[in-house]
Amino acid sequence: MTATEPVDTTSDTGAPTRRITVTVNGERRVAEVEPRLLLAHLLRQGLALTGTHVGCDTTNCGACTVLYDGAPVKSCTMLAVQADGHEVTTVEGLGTPSELDPVQEGFVAEHGLQCGFCTPGMMLAARALLNRNPDPSEDEIRWGLSGNLCRCTGYQNIVKAVRWAAEKEAQ
Amino acid sequence: MTATAEPATGSQALDEVKIGGLGSSRPRVEDARFIRGRGNYVEDVTLPGMLHMEILRSPLAHARIKSIDTSAAWAIPGVKLVLTGEMAAQRNLAWMPTLSYDTQAVLATDKVRFQGQEVACVVAEDPYIAKDACDAIVVEYEALPPIVNPEQAVAPGAPLIRDDKAGQADNVAYQWEVGDKDGTDAAFAQADVVSKLRLHYPRSHPSPIENCGAVADFNNATGKLTVYLTSQAPHIVRAAVALIAELPEHLIRIISPDVGGGFGNKVPVYPGYVCAILCSILTAKPVKWIEDNTGNLSSTGFGRDMYLDSEMALTNDGKILAVRYHATTDQGAFYADAQPTKFKIGLVHSSFACYDVPVGHITAQGMYTNKAPGGVAYRCSFRVTEAMFFQERMMQAAADDLGMDQAEFRRRNLVRDDQFPYRTPFGFLTDSGQYLKCLQVGLDAIGYDDFLVEQAEARKQGRLLGIGISTMTEPLGAGNSREYDILGIKMFDSAELRVHPTGKAVLKIGAQTQGQGHETTFAQIVTHELGIPATDIVVEHGDTDHTPFGMGTYASRSTPVAGAATAMVARKIRAKARKLAAHLLEVSEEDVEWELGRFFVRGAESRGVTIQECAMAAYSNMPDGMEPGLENNAYYDPPNLTWPFACYIATVEVDPETGVWDVLRFVGVDDCGVRINPMIVEGQIMGGLTEAYAISNMQFQTYDVDGNLVGANYMDYLLPTAWETPGFELHEVVTPSPHHPIGAKGVGECAAVGGPAAYVNAVMDALRPTGVRNIDMPLLPDRVWHAAHTGQDVSGAPPFRTE
Repeated sequence: MTATEPVDTTSDTGAPTRRITVTVNGERRVAEVEPRLLLAHLLRQGLALTGTHVGCDTTNCGACTVLYDGAPVKSCTMLAVQADGHEVTTVEGLGTPSELDPVQEGFVAEHGLQCGFCTPGMMLAARALLNRNPDPSEDEIRWGLSGNLCRCTGYQNIVKAVRWAAEKEAQ
Repeated sequence: MTATAEPATGSQALDEVKIGGLGSSRPRVEDARFIRGRGNYVEDVTLPGMLHMEILRSPLAHARIKSIDTSAAWAIPGVKLVLTGEMAAQRNLAWMPTLSYDTQAVLATDKVRFQGQEVACVVAEDPYIAKDACDAIVVEYEALPPIVNPEQAVAPGAPLIRDDKAGQADNVAYQWEVGDKDGTDAAFAQADVVSKLRLHYPRSHPSPIENCGAVADFNNATGKLTVYLTSQAPHIVRAAVALIAELPEHLIRIISPDVGGGFGNKVPVYPGYVCAILCSILTAKPVKWIEDNTGNLSSTGFGRDMYLDSEMALTNDGKILAVRYHATTDQGAFYADAQPTKFKIGLVHSSFACYDVPVGHITAQGMYTNKAPGGVAYRCSFRVTEAMFFQERMMQAAADDLGMDQAEFRRRNLVRDDQFPYRTPFGFLTDSGQYLKCLQVGLDAIGYDDFLVEQAEARKQGRLLGIGISTMTEPLGAGNSREYDILGIKMFDSAELRVHPTGKAVLKIGAQTQGQGHETTFAQIVTHELGIPATDIVVEHGDTDHTPFGMGTYASRSTPVAGAATAMVARKIRAKARKLAAHLLEVSEEDVEWELGRFFVRGAESRGVTIQECAMAAYSNMPDGMEPGLENNAYYDPPNLTWPFACYIATVEVDPETGVWDVLRFVGVDDCGVRINPMIVEGQIMGGLTEAYAISNMQFQTYDVDGNLVGANYMDYLLPTAWETPGFELHEVVTPSPHHPIGAKGVGECAAVGGPAAYVNAVMDALRPTGVRNIDMPLLPDRVWHAAHTGQDVSGAPPFRTE
């Protein structure tokens, strides 16, 4: 940490805070946070990465799924301070400005999203699945995404989207 | 002139599908932002100086408020405002009207009437502080006996829930009746067989993944109120806010940005919205309120919670002579259905619209209980889901009572193609359809006869296989304005189209997408009418300052009504473009012919001008006397509802040892008229079938004897994941609507409406050897096991059994 490094603050209420350093989408970020601050809220409010959505607060819906050292976690029930010294990937870190991640392309190609609210979490869970299993069967995809709820699409096209990405990556 | 993606040359017509017109499964425009996390939902809105609001909710279902002490909350650093009902009452905002001409408490002043009711709210610099301060408010309650079902509500000595209403002596919210009682009684007197069925359609919650929320921004310098809102119907909200808050309508701007699912839940005006607006006025700062999931599930608009007591009069050879039933709705503490004024129980009388039933009679009664208010059109057209579920469960019971095959019984009673337009026993006029063909496509796809053989073989081995059929038509696309209004405002819809000099266009509509893909499909309608490539058209909606007045998106009404308005405004543009073409081609208008994307001279087809050239001429080279510009608007009042038809067939296997049932196959045949974007239509159908599966299998809300909500978070309120959800095989039949400009019908909800009966009928078919007649949804393993092992029906009506 250097003196010139910018520090993101999420609270100016006088409550005790702790300084944490998190690598978010490959970029080192330093933040002063209350110990009770949830990771989802650090990402959304402190770092203005609003692609991570909060749905249920109970670790069920998965809209807030991010990758934590590469593994999918639900950022609504994880404290920001727990991410100190770790790497977090959000939907904003999927793909590059010039090239989409195949998972993103697959969701478009197979109509795997409608309202878009569950989509960032769903895509990150899919990314993690493909990272550990590049050629998943339909059942493996369904099981791999079973921590994420979607109310619009009915999943069939989401499963196809993940297969689409797997096939593209196999080429 | 700027080149277009597929430029018209002026010498030949365009390929409609290639340029993204009707029938093109073009990728969705919306996806580009959503897959990058660049959507803009209400929760993403941040304004300078914004404060945060949290709501304190009642832990009790029914209690008198003795005192509220807010002093400890005020003392917390960062707290800016603690608002109670008493303070709201000073602004005449402690109560508000509902969409069903009842009143609803914004913040409780006298009593709390359901668990989760709004009691107070706190505004603070930070949402965590606001939550802390809510916990610091001390409310003293005097508990009253709670009522959790209609039977308790009418029992002698039942406490009066709505003692706030003058002249309200009991717990009855409304009574309603439709049909021909004498004619129906006469038909029953002639019946060979009378089939009876009683059941409960459980309370369910639309539960979009995004909860409700608002960012209210009252500017006390200009007097303008801007509200970012999770709303399916921003224009109705603007009118409602003008009436409730007594603010001038021209100084109210409602913006529905991206909406994270609605399914009917985001139609009403909720107390949280009113509180956020009032708090912004009181603090003169922007106030953000984002509901938590428990708040959403425990206080906002639920669907269903209806009881059926039915009879069907039949001849021995399988003809329906008459139907009659009594429906009881559990409204919760406030009668807050979002539905057209005239119909107190929505369009429940659309049941049996697809069958040739000579006569029928329905009575209905709504009851107040100590449960959350609502009765919204949860992925359906105003209680049509209950109507079609009742219908299809009654059909199955009747066929069983006659000893007749399920498919054959339907075949004998479905309205035939040559009977349209067909007047139903309850007064609707269905527009078109090929019902028998749809049924046959479904039966062929599932391999009906083969399955019956397989089922019989399996039964010999003790395996329980079942097949369930659900056939239905539903009324989608309210109005017409003669019969349909909400709060007196007629149910038309609107579109405004501007074609710029280079031939690119912006379409503004009064509907509001929540995932249906309007930005994609409404452009396709313009493409169909004008030949402008869909990629050259941007669709805007959801901002009341910048879109024409519309009634919003629910009840599958966008394509039938706003879609029709879009086609009509494009035709107005084309009419003006024709005059411009005649001018450019130096011929009289009568000699100009149209084909997609171009006008040409009759008899000299190669002499033509493109729509883009006409657009440029509208700004640069118009004939003498013509008003410049190429824009117009249309308000469309539909002559009738559109009537899509669907046939859903499920096959299941029930495990007699556990009561668990698995879907073996599911076939859907949808006839929603002309399909604008087949990919999106199928996406809507698959989504609806998943909700149907959820409701039949696991998803419901109930209450225990004390009025505690069971299902107030996703740990108790079960939604299916990719793992449980079955796969679907989809088929189509196309019968264009004869009165819709492009022949389209509503589709977004058919599958959620017609789907549940297919699953339930399949499980009941599997259990036929046990003699069980009904298990209430959801068909939980313990209910199925109990029925299979006792041969008894299973009721799911509240109170929830805790033993």
